[in-house]
Amino acid sequence: MKNTLKNVFHSPRFLVGFIIFMCILLTVLIYPYFVHRDPLQGLGKGFLAPGTYVSVYDTNNTGTYRVELPEANDNRLEASVPVKDRQTMLDFLKAKGTDITGLDTSNEHFHELIEVWRANYDEADAKKNKYEGFATQAKRNELRRLNNRLSSDVNAAMTVTKGEGDDATTAAVATSDYVKVDEVANALTLPLGTDNFGRDTLTELVKATGISLLVGLLAGSIATFIGLAVGLLAGYVGGVVDDVLMFIANIFTVIPGFVLLILIYSALGAESRSITTCAVIIGITSWVWTARSVRSQVISLRNRDHVNLSKLSGHSLIRIVATDILPYIMSYVVMAFILQVSSGILAEAQLSMLGLGPNPNELPTLGLMMNWAKLFGAYTSSNAWWAYFPVILVIALISFSLNLMNTGLDQVFNPTLRD
Amino acid sequence: MTKGMRKYFKKKIFWFVITFIAAVVLNFILPRLMPGDPVNSIVGKNISPGATQEQVQEQITYYKHQFGLDKNIFGQFWDFVKNAFNGTFGVSYSQYPRLVSDIIGSSIWWTVALQLPAILVGWLLGNLLGALAAYKRSFYDKALMPLTLFFSAIPAFGASVILLVIFAVTLGWAPVNGAFDPGMIPGFNWKFISSVIAHYQLPFWSIVLISIGGQAVGMRSMSIYELNADYVKYARFLGIKDKKIVRYVFRNAMLPQVTGLAMSIGSMVGGALVAETIFSYPGLGMSMYAAINSSDYPVISACTLIITIMVLIASFMLDIIYAFIDPRVKAAQFD
Repeated sequence: MKNTLKNVFHSPRFLVGFIIFMCILLTVLIYPYFVHRDPLQGLGKGFLAPGTYVSVYDTNNTGTYRVELPEANDNRLEASVPVKDRQTMLDFLKAKGTDITGLDTSNEHFHELIEVWRANYDEADAKKNKYEGFATQAKRNELRRLNNRLSSDVNAAMTVTKGEGDDATTAAVATSDYVKVDEVANALTLPLGTDNFGRDTLTELVKATGISLLVGLLAGSIATFIGLAVGLLAGYVGGVVDDVLMFIANIFTVIPGFVLLILIYSALGAESRSITTCAVIIGITSWVWTARSVRSQVISLRNRDHVNLSKLSGHSLIRIVATDILPYIMSYVVMAFILQVSSGILAEAQLSMLGLGPNPNELPTLGLMMNWAKLFGAYTSSNAWWAYFPVILVIALISFSLNLMNTGLDQVFNPTLRD
Repeated sequence: MTKGMRKYFKKKIFWFVITFIAAVVLNFILPRLMPGDPVNSIVGKNISPGATQEQVQEQITYYKHQFGLDKNIFGQFWDFVKNAFNGTFGVSYSQYPRLVSDIIGSSIWWTVALQLPAILVGWLLGNLLGALAAYKRSFYDKALMPLTLFFSAIPAFGASVILLVIFAVTLGWAPVNGAFDPGMIPGFNWKFISSVIAHYQLPFWSIVLISIGGQAVGMRSMSIYELNADYVKYARFLGIKDKKIVRYVFRNAMLPQVTGLAMSIGSMVGGALVAETIFSYPGLGMSMYAAINSSDYPVISACTLIITIMVLIASFMLDIIYAFIDPRVKAAQFD
């Protein structure tokens, strides 16, 4: 046993897979101790991009510090004209026939772009010539507003008023006034932004990973347990038991597991689909392959000498199975279990994407997060990569690590594959 | 036909019939276990607000009669089987009074036209790559193996979403969803066909890409297994040319891949579910998705029955074909 474990951990593939899996597991276990937020609590409205959010209101009540940043002016100007507007400027210049080689929407060329724009844009001219793509009044107004924004002073005076009526005090805000983020009463860092419900995606993702792992482990355990029991019984006892069990297994093989899942899940209805029910159903529809392989291995073991000796010594069936048969198929069962866990997680995710996932009001799962991202247009209209890409990455990492562990084990236990 | 052969086919046909019956029964029973009455929700949707209790009751009896739900369970089963065999599959709940066969008939061709070529192309390319990877191992194992392992771990829906975002949303090379431009009337003209081709690209290549990964990994390990087999060593000792050995090796390695191809053609509709829902492609997968979300059980049953029957036929055909092409099966079963 000790030697086997040593061998297993000497396999680089297994080790890498094991480390990745443990990292995911540890993150899931430790994260709640650092962030106490409820994963389903809505913090904002709709998708918020990743970043640090600082309360505008509270910045007024913190101390101000004088910082002279040499590029402050440039940064302000750049921030006031987003990439979309820069593209509009380029489009207009192109339509007018100006040479725009070397110009693009990047920050490096922004100043050159503004210079070319100032030299070429004229409101009256744009109105008279009706350049292609800018012929409508609305388009021309857009250009005019853009030009006004560019020519206005980005360092215009700004004041802040506190209080109301007679108590109101007004203070000027200088361009060199800064606040320290830790002093602001309400600041929130969202490393992965928020999803469509305004939930903190990272917290939700960690919780969902935990739940999905649980679903996978439970489904995998059930599938492996049933498969092992059926395989051992059918293989060792044989006869009528074998016929009956293989009859059931045959039916389960030919009717695709996914179809059974869809039928059972839709028959249950959304409210009665708890996380546990989902895992149990995935488990009881995916035991067939394990049962078949265990059975064929047991049949080849059944007539070995050591088993016959055990039988002659009058050992009970349970003892023979536990000491003379199980140890020989254990490595295979562990490998099958690992694959079952990985396919259980995938099955949950796919079912959830079809709208057949666990009850969405209870807990998040990776599949539910994918489903929400799809339903609320994260990959089309909202373009919120943070709502789905990390989820895909986590699913891929989990199955990657489990597959690595599996091939690692395969190499250790099946030496013919080793080279 | 020898006696053994006849026995083999009899056994296979017996199993085919038994599983077929089990599939039909399951497809009938499972949807009927669901909580809630489909008739109530239809009546709730269609009835005018001022209706009296009697009118509501009348409506309920009417729809129950229409769907055959006023019969006992055996009568309902008989209807189900009858409808399945005459090909109508009954009446849809959510799109009443449309026939289920009408809904399926308008969508299944999109699925077949999308999936069949994609599966074939993916299978061919994947097997070529896998065989190449097995033959030129040193280069592949060092350079590509870890990458392939990671990329093959990305689930199919994840890969489709990433392709959609990169090529349709960000680069704008392909349309985001549908099978043709909305507002276009299907017809045999150049404008419509070009629109269909443009919409076809992304779902097609995403299925090809996904199946390449799976096939290549399988083909590679099968080929390596065969390359290390005793008969290859023996053939080398005999001095048979490498070219000839390779032909034998890949022919043997292909056998399980043929199974894979037949099974993926058989489970085509089930495999289409996720890709079609992501690209909103109006195939059978999308019909099923819509049916699931509106609890339209006749449509769900019909789709799952079609999937099951296709898988059943595929595996039955495989058993028959194998009996002829694989001498090992022949030896084991016929004697």
